[in-house]
Amino acid sequence: MIGTVIKYDKDNIDTDVIIPGMYLKIHDYAELATHAMEGLDSDFHSKIKSGGSIIVAGKNFGCGSSREHAPIALSHSGIHAVLAVSFARIFYRNCVDGAFLLPIEIKSIDFASISDRDVLKIDIENNVVKNVTKNSEYKTRPFAPLIAKIIKAGGLFKFNLKDWDENDANSV
Amino acid sequence: MNITEKILAHASGKNSVSPDDVVFADIDCAMVHDVSGPGVIKVFEKLEKHGIDTSKLWNPNKIWVAEDHFVPSAEKTSAANITKLEKFVTKYGITRHFKYGLGQYGICHTLSHEEGLVLPGQVYVGGDSHTNTTGALGAFACGLGHTDMAYVMLNGRIWFKVPETLLFKLNGELSDHVMAKDLILQIIGDIGTDGGAYNTMQFAGSGIDAMPVEERITLTNMTTEAGAKNGIIEADEKTRQYLIKHGAKPNDTVHADSDAEYVKVYEYDAVNLEPMVAKPFSPQNIAPARDLASVEINKAYIGSCTGAKMSDLEAAARIIKGHKVSIRTEVVPAAISILKKAMDRGLIQTFLDAGALIGSPTCGACCGAHMGVLGAEEVCVSTTNRNFPGRMGHIESQTYLASPLVAAASAITGRITDPRDLA
Repeated sequence: MIGTVIKYDKDNIDTDVIIPGMYLKIHDYAELATHAMEGLDSDFHSKIKSGGSIIVAGKNFGCGSSREHAPIALSHSGIHAVLAVSFARIFYRNCVDGAFLLPIEIKSIDFASISDRDVLKIDIENNVVKNVTKNSEYKTRPFAPLIAKIIKAGGLFKFNLKDWDENDANSV
Repeated sequence: MNITEKILAHASGKNSVSPDDVVFADIDCAMVHDVSGPGVIKVFEKLEKHGIDTSKLWNPNKIWVAEDHFVPSAEKTSAANITKLEKFVTKYGITRHFKYGLGQYGICHTLSHEEGLVLPGQVYVGGDSHTNTTGALGAFACGLGHTDMAYVMLNGRIWFKVPETLLFKLNGELSDHVMAKDLILQIIGDIGTDGGAYNTMQFAGSGIDAMPVEERITLTNMTTEAGAKNGIIEADEKTRQYLIKHGAKPNDTVHADSDAEYVKVYEYDAVNLEPMVAKPFSPQNIAPARDLASVEINKAYIGSCTGAKMSDLEAAARIIKGHKVSIRTEVVPAAISILKKAMDRGLIQTFLDAGALIGSPTCGACCGAHMGVLGAEEVCVSTTNRNFPGRMGHIESQTYLASPLVAAASAITGRITDPRDLA
């Protein structure tokens, strides 16, 4: 997966700014997308590249409300992945279980070195992100075994419980 | 094992679990509301397109539906969501639907304890981040998104990574001017909005033992603001009596083993706590209310699952009685049963005599949905749980989070006010 970075040099980007509360009554995905990041960045949509974009942010991305509208609005705006130093747990689950976008954890030092509009190539099989613009490479945190399987299946509903070996559970 | 581990082990059919184990746990009860319910319906529509059977729910008697975020409908999209939800409830035979304007209704997290819907030791999930609230009853209570709730509603189970537990001990009883809200704001200020991320936040100690159940609920409610997976308090005789009073039949309580492990223990002495406020724009941005006495505000909001339980209204009324409010003040009880009790006990009269507005039970302006949403220049002191940019309305509006005592004192003076400093 290749995408262009939209970088927010911020921790604690919460779901209230990703999709403000007044839009929670909306369940049309395309309409939700038009309000994505409205609470943080009024130029957000103009930054999205047709080939796909990647948000890069600091700690605790997606904190606050459990609203699945948040990954939906980002995904349907053309965001294929969020690279963050850490994620809030419900946002993370929603991304994976709903198969909306990839939540990928990166190191603080790599976060600092990625710039807005860099082009990144994500390789989830090998837990590597290549910065094409800067010709450098970052190791990303491997997905827990269950998460990797759900991502591979294409979401929680496509995942077959029979593919789940509980002995995998502690390997990360 | 500690109580969260014991509950998850039991729910996943294991003798024991450890932090970081991933389990598929059986769910005892589940909830969606008028935001997550239509979200689940949307997921069902997608599943049907992919040929996945959605004709039957796992157990319609174990799922309840609340209408609380966008009711009474201010416009047609919200109204359509309510109609959609009604059809869904009828189609699947869901037995408990708390309909706005029909019998008992109010905020989902308040109904869960007001109606005694969750018991100690159970696994309860809801389509709302503040589902953590109900852990105050000794249950594992955890918020989920729409896809996960759809999965639970069809399969009766969901995956969890077993969390590590942070134990917060409160030594000694809180004094009259300090509430559970002040303690949890202090904790969030200390550990940050990701300080409890992926973890359990458990509360114990003599101060918790002495604390009424409704106050304990404020603590678990706001574990969400520290990113916790769940907040929990071991059930005791107070919990049992509370549940019986609210129509439930409490079962045996889960107790921790003597060698239970906690990844970190935090100690708080009640004597050192004072009225706290979280300044815009984060619940971790705390300061003593006294230090903010020069901050002028133009609205007070006493509402939400965090701050409009019966004990919260009693606290606010105690301060407001005999005074007039000097700024716009909205009191929005968290459930109609609470509004009725507040009327019977004269609290509503107190608020009205002071000049405040009484709203009907709903999430109201807490999530910026309706009924008191803030404009760009408004500064609000609020008993709610979040103050992110735009949370209660305009992106530039400001919310100071506080206890009902501080909110009520501030409503009288028009400035952030420590209740001890009220003349």
